Amino acid sequence: MKTFLWGALPYIAAAILITGLVWRYRYDKFGWTTRSSQSYESKVLNIASPMFHYGILFVLLGHLMGLFIPASWTDAVGFDEHWYNLLSLFAGVAAGALAVIGIVMLIYRRRTTPAVFRATTRNDKLMYVVLLAAIIMGMVAKLAHSGIHEGYDYRSTIAPWCRSLFTLNPKTSLMADAPVLFQIHAVIGLLLFCLLPFTRLVHMFSAPVQYLFRPYIVYRGRDPRGLSERPTQRGWEGLEG
Amino acid sequence: MRVMAQIAMVMNLDKCIGCSACSVTCKQTWTNRRGVEYVWFNNVETRPGLGYPRRYADQEKWKGGWELDKRGRLKLKQGGRFKKLAEIFANPVLPTVEDYYEPWTYDYGNLQQAPLGEDYPVARPRSLLSGKPMDTVRWSANWDDNLGGAPEYGPEDPIVQKMHAVRAEVGAKVKFEFEQAFMFYLPRICEHCLNPACVASCPSGALYKRVEDGIVLVDQDRCRGWRQCVTACPYKKVYFNHRTGKAEKCTFCYPRVEVGLPTVCSETCPGRLRYLGVMLYDADKVADAARTEDDRDLYEAQLGVFLDPADPAVTRAAEAAGIPHDWIEAAKRSPVHKLICDYRVALPLHPEFRTLPMVWYVPPLSPMVEAVADSGHDGEDAGNLFGAIDALRIPVEYLAELFTAGDTVPVRAALGRLAAMRDYMRAVNLGAEPEEPSVEIEELYRLLAIAKYEERYVIPTAAMADAHAMEEAALASGCSVDDFDASDIDDSGPFGDGSGPKNLPMVTLEDFHAMRRRQTADRQEEQ
Repeated sequence: MKTFLWGALPYIAAAILITGLVWRYRYDKFGWTTRSSQSYESKVLNIASPMFHYGILFVLLGHLMGLFIPASWTDAVGFDEHWYNLLSLFAGVAAGALAVIGIVMLIYRRRTTPAVFRATTRNDKLMYVVLLAAIIMGMVAKLAHSGIHEGYDYRSTIAPWCRSLFTLNPKTSLMADAPVLFQIHAVIGLLLFCLLPFTRLVHMFSAPVQYLFRPYIVYRGRDPRGLSERPTQRGWEGLEG
Repeated sequence: MRVMAQIAMVMNLDKCIGCSACSVTCKQTWTNRRGVEYVWFNNVETRPGLGYPRRYADQEKWKGGWELDKRGRLKLKQGGRFKKLAEIFANPVLPTVEDYYEPWTYDYGNLQQAPLGEDYPVARPRSLLSGKPMDTVRWSANWDDNLGGAPEYGPEDPIVQKMHAVRAEVGAKVKFEFEQAFMFYLPRICEHCLNPACVASCPSGALYKRVEDGIVLVDQDRCRGWRQCVTACPYKKVYFNHRTGKAEKCTFCYPRVEVGLPTVCSETCPGRLRYLGVMLYDADKVADAARTEDDRDLYEAQLGVFLDPADPAVTRAAEAAGIPHDWIEAAKRSPVHKLICDYRVALPLHPEFRTLPMVWYVPPLSPMVEAVADSGHDGEDAGNLFGAIDALRIPVEYLAELFTAGDTVPVRAALGRLAAMRDYMRAVNLGAEPEEPSVEIEELYRLLAIAKYEERYVIPTAAMADAHAMEEAALASGCSVDDFDASDIDDSGPFGDGSGPKNLPMVTLEDFHAMRRRQTADRQEEQ
């Protein structure tokens, strides 16, 4: 069990995430969108959506910081565990709270606005359950193991385990000894990775950063292929062809 | 000089009877699908009136188009690049479907399935957004058609409000009482601007202007549904498909235009009021023209961007720029160029939005003619008409707010030319010898009044060499029903509507030559 959860599941999730994204991009470029429901309802969305998105972006930043910056680096610049704990606790909880309030408002809006609820697919519903569970469990795990003076030092257990995954030498026992709440959060998180390519969450991978650098007006030539009959797709040629 | 070519349109508003044939055929062709029930790529609004979506021309609210910043540079009115990305999680000024209107159907089934009873069964309206019954239908794409409800809605027209604010001290107001009102129809499609704000606003770079013919399109595979274009377009002619989550807009019927056929709205206009033709313009001058300081100079500035295809220097530059020979020849015969640049009777819609629109309008003389005729005078007489153009300040000022950012001089000039043409041709028709025979007036008359099919539409094809292949392309080699999957209609895929690989819907074109014969023939036997 230990080996499966902390040695195999992360790789399975990564494999599904990557192949899933490639498959989705090739199969369903047209479906790759935010699928915004703002044209149905704007008032709540205008408050809740930025709240959730900025919250979750800071949460992401926090995870990257906690998991991929070793404690020895921050110690080296004189930022010791005590200060790190305070930063992690207050900034982390603030960002988390923003995300939680945002997503709860969004889900409430989705359920109570008839047009928005009608445009909600089964995938969306599953995704919301897993996403909400991941966020809530993260908050619970953090708050249950934190104090002002000292908190659970995940930078000596979870973070090294996470980094060891990338060196293909997973130190499973590190994670197996972590508190069970963190373990649950991690498993739900990995599940979310598996789900991600098949939901509207794919829009996170098309964050339009390139917009800052391109000229305003885009010119494009006519697609020369458009001028003749579309070639038959492979495997669907007629008998005579 | 960097010569580029664009297919542009002119609409002669004097001939618009507000029948909405253009809207209906356009909708049947392009937006009779789920998710775009509320969308009219072509709509006809009555002016004065609110328009569709309501009050779209009020850019203080909707933030469409461009504005000049303090240093005189062009900036999107909705904000700069960083501001737009910071606000990407919720567009603060996106119109909701309600601002257009809530699309609906009726419970027709109830008419047949209602149990036997005292009361006659009725078909209640049912919302296509929520699927729930609606109490009442409150608005549609032309709810205030023919000044319906004008005493209530008319004063809400952004142009009327602007006029009232400017002339508050004068005390003269736009009247909506039945006897004193004036009105005309304004058909609108996407303007396919030279400086399109929608293209500039798209974070994904999915919207683009086609190099060959200037048509502005949305790449459906690249659109990620950020919705910035809906806000950016000051004409509100980019729409959000609420089922697929993608932007959609008027395509200028590019599959038809590519093979030399006019757009569906032009083709089906009973009034024959639309003109299609090539405009050559200098792409290097576009940005400078859009930066013109005074709103009222934008009309002249845009005229300065257009090139005269009869000028040999322009022709040489166009050839050097790779514009095909038949396009240059079409530009020389372009009715659009004649109406805009030679006769100067066509004017742009809301040039103050600084997008340099490419669908222009011949302003209507009819409000003046009506007023003169109603007062018991001869509405066709030039003297009376010129007097009316000067005396009827309110309609002229209204037209000026619409077409020249409030400058009445070009509007008066255009109306004056139209009045002179009417007077001249009436004299000819009554057998009187005109004092100064004018070939130019007769040509304008021929173009506007006779409006022969092949003179209204001068459309070069995409590529002559490929013309045959394109005719084939219009029809699938198999039967079109073969590709039709009945489960497509109701079943939305696991990722929502329209996901999965799709073949483009096949565009059915009638046989090109037979159609052209039928359309251009004056008598039946010529077909």
